[in-house]
Amino acid sequence: MRFTSYAVPSRFFRASTSLLPWLWATAAMAGAAGLSLGLLHTASDAPPGDAGRILIIQVPAAWMSMVVYAAMAAWAAIGWLGHVRLASMAARALAPTGFVCTVLALVTGAFWTRSTWGTWWMWDARLTSELILLLLYGGYLGLAEAIEDPRRADRAGALVAIVGAVSVPVICFSVRWWDALHQGATVTSRQPPELTDGMLPATGLVALAFLAWAFAIVFVRLRAIVLERERDTAWVRALEGAVSAKARVRGIRGAPA
Amino acid sequence: MRQLFFALYARDLRLAWRRPVDALLPFGFFVVAAAMFPLGIGPEPQMLRQIAPGLIWVCALLATLLSLNALYTGDYADGTLEQLVLTGQDGAVVAAARAAAHWTLTGVPLVLVAPMFGLLFDLSGDALGTLAFTLLLGTPVLSLLGSIGAALTLGLRSAGVLLILIVLPLAVPALIFGSTAVAAVDGGQSAQAQCSLLGALLLLTTVLAPPATAAALRIALD
Repeated sequence: MRFTSYAVPSRFFRASTSLLPWLWATAAMAGAAGLSLGLLHTASDAPPGDAGRILIIQVPAAWMSMVVYAAMAAWAAIGWLGHVRLASMAARALAPTGFVCTVLALVTGAFWTRSTWGTWWMWDARLTSELILLLLYGGYLGLAEAIEDPRRADRAGALVAIVGAVSVPVICFSVRWWDALHQGATVTSRQPPELTDGMLPATGLVALAFLAWAFAIVFVRLRAIVLERERDTAWVRALEGAVSAKARVRGIRGAPA
Repeated sequence: MRQLFFALYARDLRLAWRRPVDALLPFGFFVVAAAMFPLGIGPEPQMLRQIAPGLIWVCALLATLLSLNALYTGDYADGTLEQLVLTGQDGAVVAAARAAAHWTLTGVPLVLVAPMFGLLFDLSGDALGTLAFTLLLGTPVLSLLGSIGAALTLGLRSAGVLLILIVLPLAVPALIFGSTAVAAVDGGQSAQAQCSLLGALLLLTTVLAPPATAAALRIALD
């Protein structure tokens, strides 16, 4: 069976049903292992101290925020230009997850700056780029949710995502330029956050957990979108019938005699 | 193609000429917004001078974006836009002509009046020239980027706010290069790098934005 055959919504739905428990399990185990390794079994190093442990969450969240945007733009483009329905739906399902990861990266980044530089927010290149990424997600979500016709929403969203993806290198370059111009006035030690040796495996495990979680939550959302858009097809009707039949049987069994 | 461009461009200017107040509104917004900052911040010349480049640039950016909302709505409502697309002409030419007319009506007045506001904020003579020059290079970028947003949000309930949300992040590079160029000249440095980058940005958006706007129009009219 070819990989592309999973672009058929019903087939994706069935395949993801068996895949989901594995994804959740991977996310839970990698997350537990990474967090216990980073928080309990690694000594806190000299300069950042315990604050350095923030990075085992912050760095994977920032990675995910960027990876998810790239994936979203790619699926949106494939869905729009190649007329692949499931790809468009996948782009829509990815956006909220990317938004959440960006918010998480910003909030944990604020804790990090608080503990190292003494302020909650620092207009440095990375944080500012992350903030602009949040605005790009906001524009995509705002537009896609504002359009009621799903076809137009998918296409308009795809165009916004592509334009954003094309602009990201230019925006990042300009922000770094701007940061370099204003650097040095307020902060003397602007060492970029670095992961100490002990934290590296922990961060890797948490990143794996993030990835598995993102797949799982995106699949859940994508399944909901598939069901909503395919609600008039035979296979969803059949599924619905099976579910309600099962519920009926359970209801009779569970009822007091 | 050139004929189509100039015909549409002249039509937009003529339409604006018939309703001059509409065309002057963004300009009015710029004047009011820029005048509010000294009132909010305080009249210290040193402080005002330091924030002037960014302040004038941000006000120009917002004035441009606010006026973009109406870029296609009139033609969309009365069906002109659909007819234009149906003629089979290149949509990118339509989009480019509209963006050019928008720039002529909002960008050019801003370029002309911004140095005057620079005087109110005590910028040096060289900085005033740089301000006008960076706006000359930067405001077409804003009109071109904004026309993508205007086409995408066509006919939506909250089109105005959405447009700003979509276009503002894209306008960050123009804002940064424009305002840092003025600040550099005011501080006695050369702004050649910023002006070159702004010019590159203008070329890039001139090539890429009209086709994107045309695609957005097709999506909206589908």
